[in-house]
Amino acid sequence: MFLSRRAVGHFVGVFGPWLGQNRYHYIDQVRPSEFITVDGNEAAARIAYRLSEVIAIYPITPASPMGELADEWSHGGQPNLWGVVPDVIEMQSEGGAAGALHGSLQAGALTTTFTSSQGLLLMLPNMFKIAGELTPAVIHVAARSIATHALSIFGDHSDVMAARQTGFAMLASSSVQEAHDMALVSHLATLESRVPFLHFFDGFRTSHEVAKIEVIDDDAMRRVVDENLISAHRLRSLNPNRPVLRGTAQNPDVFFQAREAANPYYDLVPRIVASAMERLGAETGRQYGLFDYHGAPDAETVMVIMGSGAGAAIEAVDRLVERGEKVGLVVVRLYRPFDVGAFLVALPVTASRLAVMDRTKEPGAVGDPLYLDVVTALAEGGRAAQVFAGRYGLSSKEFTPAMVAGVFDELARHDTRRHFTVGIFDDVSHRSIEVDRDWWHEPEDVTRAVFYGLGSDGTVGANKNSVKIIGEETSLYAQGYFVYDSKKSGSRTVSHLRVSPREILSTYLIEEADFVAVHQFDFLDGESALEVAGPGARVLINSPYPIDRLWGRIPTRAQAQIIDKKLEVWAIDAQAIARDLGLGGRVNTVLQTCFFHLTDFLDTEQAAAAIKRFIRKSYGKRGEAVVRRNEEAVDRALAGLFRLEVGEPSGPPVDLPVVPDGAPDFVKRITAMMMAGRGDLLPVSALPVDGTFPTGTAKWEKRSIAEEIPIWDPSICIDCARCALACPHAAIRIKAFDPALDTPEEFAWKESATKDLEGWRIVVQVAPDDCTGCGVCVDVCPAKSKEMVKHKAINMLPKLDHLERERRNWNYFLEIPEIDRSELKVASVKGSQFLQPLFEFSGACAGCGETPYLKLLTQMLGDRVVVANATGCSSIYGANLPTTPWTTDASGRGPAWSNSLFEDNAEFGLGMRMALEAQRKDATLLVTALAPELGGLAGEILDVIENLDRSDLDGLVSRQRELVARLKERLATLEGTLPRRLEAVADTLVETSVWIVGGDGWAYDIGFGGLDHVLASGRNVNILVLDTEVYSNTGGQASKATPRSAIAKFASGGKGTGKKDLGQIAMSYGNVYVAQIAMGANQTQTVKAFDEAEAHQGVSLIIAYSPCIAHGIDMTTQMTHQKEAADSGYWPLYRYDPAREVVGDPGLRLDSRTPSIPFSEFAKKEARFAMLARANPERAAELSAAAQQDIDNRWHLYEQMVHIHRTAEYTEEEP
Amino acid sequence: MTVDMTTTYLGFDLASPVMPSASPLTGTIDHVLALVEAGAPAIVLPSLFEEQIEHDAMAVHFGLELGADGFGEAPSGYLPKLNDYNTGPEDYLDLMRRARAEAGVPVIASLNGVSSGGWTLYARVLEDNGVDALELNIYRIAADVEVSSADVEYSYLHLVETVRAAVGVPLAVKVGPYFTAMASMARRLGDAGADGLVLFNRFYQPDIDLSTLGVTPNLTLSSSDELRLVLRWMAILHGRVAPDLAASTGVHEGDDAAKAILAGATVVMMASGLLRHGPHRLTEVQRGLEAWLEENEYQSVAQARGSLSQLSVSDPSAFERANYMKTLTSYVPTW
Repeated sequence: MFLSRRAVGHFVGVFGPWLGQNRYHYIDQVRPSEFITVDGNEAAARIAYRLSEVIAIYPITPASPMGELADEWSHGGQPNLWGVVPDVIEMQSEGGAAGALHGSLQAGALTTTFTSSQGLLLMLPNMFKIAGELTPAVIHVAARSIATHALSIFGDHSDVMAARQTGFAMLASSSVQEAHDMALVSHLATLESRVPFLHFFDGFRTSHEVAKIEVIDDDAMRRVVDENLISAHRLRSLNPNRPVLRGTAQNPDVFFQAREAANPYYDLVPRIVASAMERLGAETGRQYGLFDYHGAPDAETVMVIMGSGAGAAIEAVDRLVERGEKVGLVVVRLYRPFDVGAFLVALPVTASRLAVMDRTKEPGAVGDPLYLDVVTALAEGGRAAQVFAGRYGLSSKEFTPAMVAGVFDELARHDTRRHFTVGIFDDVSHRSIEVDRDWWHEPEDVTRAVFYGLGSDGTVGANKNSVKIIGEETSLYAQGYFVYDSKKSGSRTVSHLRVSPREILSTYLIEEADFVAVHQFDFLDGESALEVAGPGARVLINSPYPIDRLWGRIPTRAQAQIIDKKLEVWAIDAQAIARDLGLGGRVNTVLQTCFFHLTDFLDTEQAAAAIKRFIRKSYGKRGEAVVRRNEEAVDRALAGLFRLEVGEPSGPPVDLPVVPDGAPDFVKRITAMMMAGRGDLLPVSALPVDGTFPTGTAKWEKRSIAEEIPIWDPSICIDCARCALACPHAAIRIKAFDPALDTPEEFAWKESATKDLEGWRIVVQVAPDDCTGCGVCVDVCPAKSKEMVKHKAINMLPKLDHLERERRNWNYFLEIPEIDRSELKVASVKGSQFLQPLFEFSGACAGCGETPYLKLLTQMLGDRVVVANATGCSSIYGANLPTTPWTTDASGRGPAWSNSLFEDNAEFGLGMRMALEAQRKDATLLVTALAPELGGLAGEILDVIENLDRSDLDGLVSRQRELVARLKERLATLEGTLPRRLEAVADTLVETSVWIVGGDGWAYDIGFGGLDHVLASGRNVNILVLDTEVYSNTGGQASKATPRSAIAKFASGGKGTGKKDLGQIAMSYGNVYVAQIAMGANQTQTVKAFDEAEAHQGVSLIIAYSPCIAHGIDMTTQMTHQKEAADSGYWPLYRYDPAREVVGDPGLRLDSRTPSIPFSEFAKKEARFAMLARANPERAAELSAAAQQDIDNRWHLYEQMVHIHRTAEYTEEEP
Repeated sequence: MTVDMTTTYLGFDLASPVMPSASPLTGTIDHVLALVEAGAPAIVLPSLFEEQIEHDAMAVHFGLELGADGFGEAPSGYLPKLNDYNTGPEDYLDLMRRARAEAGVPVIASLNGVSSGGWTLYARVLEDNGVDALELNIYRIAADVEVSSADVEYSYLHLVETVRAAVGVPLAVKVGPYFTAMASMARRLGDAGADGLVLFNRFYQPDIDLSTLGVTPNLTLSSSDELRLVLRWMAILHGRVAPDLAASTGVHEGDDAAKAILAGATVVMMASGLLRHGPHRLTEVQRGLEAWLEENEYQSVAQARGSLSQLSVSDPSAFERANYMKTLTSYVPTW
């Protein structure tokens, strides 16, 4: 942490006696500064952008915003420090970005990039090269966990630690201000030293924390940037006028020496960085050292730490020093090259016991990296001290002052563990130290506010603005940090805001708030948002109830909290005001006004004026209507705000179990803890050792987020099953049952009108607590009442009016036995929908375009599917804890699922297929070897293996299962090694279907090389590309699937190039089954495509049109909208089956008709096209015409292809 | 003999009484110039719909907010931020400014608002940007069973008064024929500050799609038959109310224009005929009007104006209910 001028007073009080000798010293001659309130990403990107000419990036959480901002600035024509608008390019992967970075540097441009986690790992090869060639460059990294037993988007240092060997210098920032300052230091130092820099700060904690910082202006930057160094960089670049050769291959004779030749450059780096820091200090007054010491000058126990944990550590050390403890802290900034001398200077000579804190884990090492460095430094420096290794904060695990105190306590023991962890309870290896969580109370002068909101209600956006308002309109410091859950629909957000007259160092969540805002009334249920409220806290509740009836509506547990903690409760019906103003569910402005009214950072009028200014700033470009309505919301807010009269408790607090008693043990013990937000309390022993979790858990997470749910009217239903097929959440189900079943009176059913199910009864049932209320089912329902056309066979109705009955019906529905699939034509729309989906209740966006395909896949093949899932939306809604939608049938069978990485998914799935084949070969050999013992069974098995009749796959699988069951029974009676070996591989004798699933970012971009290789492999794998035409998971960046004329991030001017025709590339191999499908356009074709893909003995590729909120459409109508995609030729439907070519027919069949509506007609319903037409009509018209041409050309080509034969006709010549 | 074709509308001296009304055809500068080339003595730009502006802005807003701040990996939402969304009236103002600069004829902006604030806001914006005159295109479906005809009429008059108070440029008011007391309403609109009355506006009417059982908006172009409603009210109002009268709806031929002038129109406005045939149709109608006047030995449009108005005809009841009775009783079935 730097010591700002405003912070001086505070520190003088604490450190007065040794302030003079401390590295923190106040410089009077600093220039006036300007404050801005930004997050860490923006703080770093602002510097990087100003000092770069070329920026090559690739989106990855949590670094994506840096690239997006750069793109936004570039698109908006913002120049860099030298008046040139940097050229920002999105690449196909981080490997690509690093390659472009390398090339641009070689050609002499000032170049940068931003990344994180696996992205950084993909850059490593280039980083070695860039460093090896002594090329000045900076990579800004929002440090994030590397995927190991699981992926995590959150922050720790495992990515940057993997880059230690590259030769990049590594500079760490601990706060938003430092992300700004160290960014500049990195750029300055790399130019001078020629050593490339990796500048990093903690993902989310710093990258996404919004804080008030002092900005470095252009003039200051100009003063500290040495133009001669830039010229020197240019002069080293490749230039045919002075040609050189760089990148040679070297032999044993010289490589080694050449590698050592760069040593002097590295030796100079610490001095150069220190000098850059001094220049920064001279300009800004903010003084930094390579290692900064904080604490008692005569400290005996010292913590060494790097990154955002320093904030919490400083707070704790201050408190301990206040109490007379001889403790201190060394904050590491320049981590590589590690300057032993500077470190030893920073460390008080009195220090005898050191706790070195690593935010990474290197299994099997003597210790984690920073620990090893410190031990080595002490040894080399001849300093004797006991050093202990502490690990903390993996994946943004909280790191608090109480934990720091816990570490000092641990070091004060006589039996301090050499290696320990803090922040968790490790009951397995017993490495975790104890922490007294009550040790720390935040300072009185810090106001702490916590807000509970929905993702869709604008709470986070408003709070970001509130932080900015306080930061920019007052002399106060403000900090905002935002926690999201892992769901994309109905997601909850928690905003943590601190306001203080001095710089805020606290880098952890608020545990006790002075102000709590409950923006959704439901959040008073269960654990209750009031848990965080401190005694006497002021509470703001967004209540749908009149003030005089509110108390009785508050759950008893929350009532008890209000009474016990003497909370002052205020309420407003913000929803009503927002609705009245046409602002939908966005209650942000109303509640933000109330927040300022109920706090005293600004007086109410001043706050209202400030909010209005920010409304104009945030929404001004969108139009006056938006500004005006939000301004009216401000004006109307306070009239509806009332203080609640606290009454008597309505009853004793009720604690309902998070999951019902019937849930499996694992779910009750572990999953439920995570669901209740208490996952931090789970001990190490509770967690699987290898990242393996049970499936079938989403059904226990009853989120009940819908306001309206579909209710079935059997009198109109025509048994089409479209509702169930289209439901993205498997919340509308169909079953057929025997008329003999004695159903409850309130349980609706109808006689089957389907010929195949003559005599059966059928039911269409909603899962009321699992439905997201997206309305897709009702939109696709074709059955309308004769008396009232708006009444369909299913209708969206208020959930609360039907909840209890539908809950009972749903539970009864689950008890009805599943129909035997032999009774059904599985490869049909209706037939498939009478089968149990083994993908249910995902947290995907309401109305998601991807999930219906996955659900259908599991209905048709789910009990014998292995899924390789690329990282992306589908891996998040598919496997982000606490629960997973992948589930099992009554026999316990279901999809087995795994995610490797983003870039390798095709290869990952191929590997699975190869493993299954290898084991099947082994099983076949073993069956042969054991034939004498197995008798006739061996022959039966071998016969089924060798004579695969795939025309009836279901029958074949059924037969194989029966044989394997008999085989296992028989093997259980046999002694010896071979029977045991066969038991382990016997299941592979049953057809297993391998599905490689991912989005277009994977298939078209980062994973395309591998995908192409797998397409060419001829192996029996199925590939499902859920094509949303954009990087959906990371927020809508353009991919090579993005169509011409659509806007997307990195294509905000409208994508000027056409979409890659992936299907045609696959077809060019001639032996790949390829289908392009859109469920909403043609359900039958979709079902057939899955059936044919599975039947095809080779590679199958299904490209599935998947509408996404990134298209800017009404997701309720996404299915019916798909028809327009097909009718316009925008998304032609086809199936290419190599089997047809074998018999001499053209392989390609078009399943959609000649385009009948213009592209413009389709496009005007999607904001991704329509917004460009509004923003830039000329360019939109030009691109729209080109997009129409793309469609016409492609259709023209396909029409010809359906008539051509790939195979040449040979005629044997007469001898 | 040369017929004096000039007329004065909203205080502007026009070379001819045949002009384009607000329609998509006046929505581009090229078409505006083509219409002037064809003889348009003034231009009425398409309606600037407050509702559309509001809707577009809110649609952009909701599009940008969709998914924003709800998911940790996509906190900024899913659509990129653009430099400008052009959701305001800027495009319209550009068109207006260009038309004024290049057309050389009076440019009248048509305004359709939904809120009193919106009407005055955009009226002022248009005036500030130099518009020659305004046409308030008022069209409300009185669908609320609690709102009386008096309430509806009051809201119209209040609106005109409010806008009149807000701007100084000439003000025409375009309304539909669906008033119980159209004549009184016309007089009161004049009292409220209307310098001209445009009779009548035509809007989308709902249709039912039998294949989808859905309701679809539909607009069919007018025909000369629809002129008769206009003729009735031109004839009745001419000489009885102060505002200039513009006949709009059903003017397709020179004869139609002649009828409208005879009934009392100050100007005749065309849309459907132009949309169907193109700008040159305006020339044809002007020539047809001129030819008729010449053939019938009228010296000027002014001389012809209102000569067949209710005040001027021998059987004034022909424009009133008796007309209906006569038609009914004289009807002879043909089957």
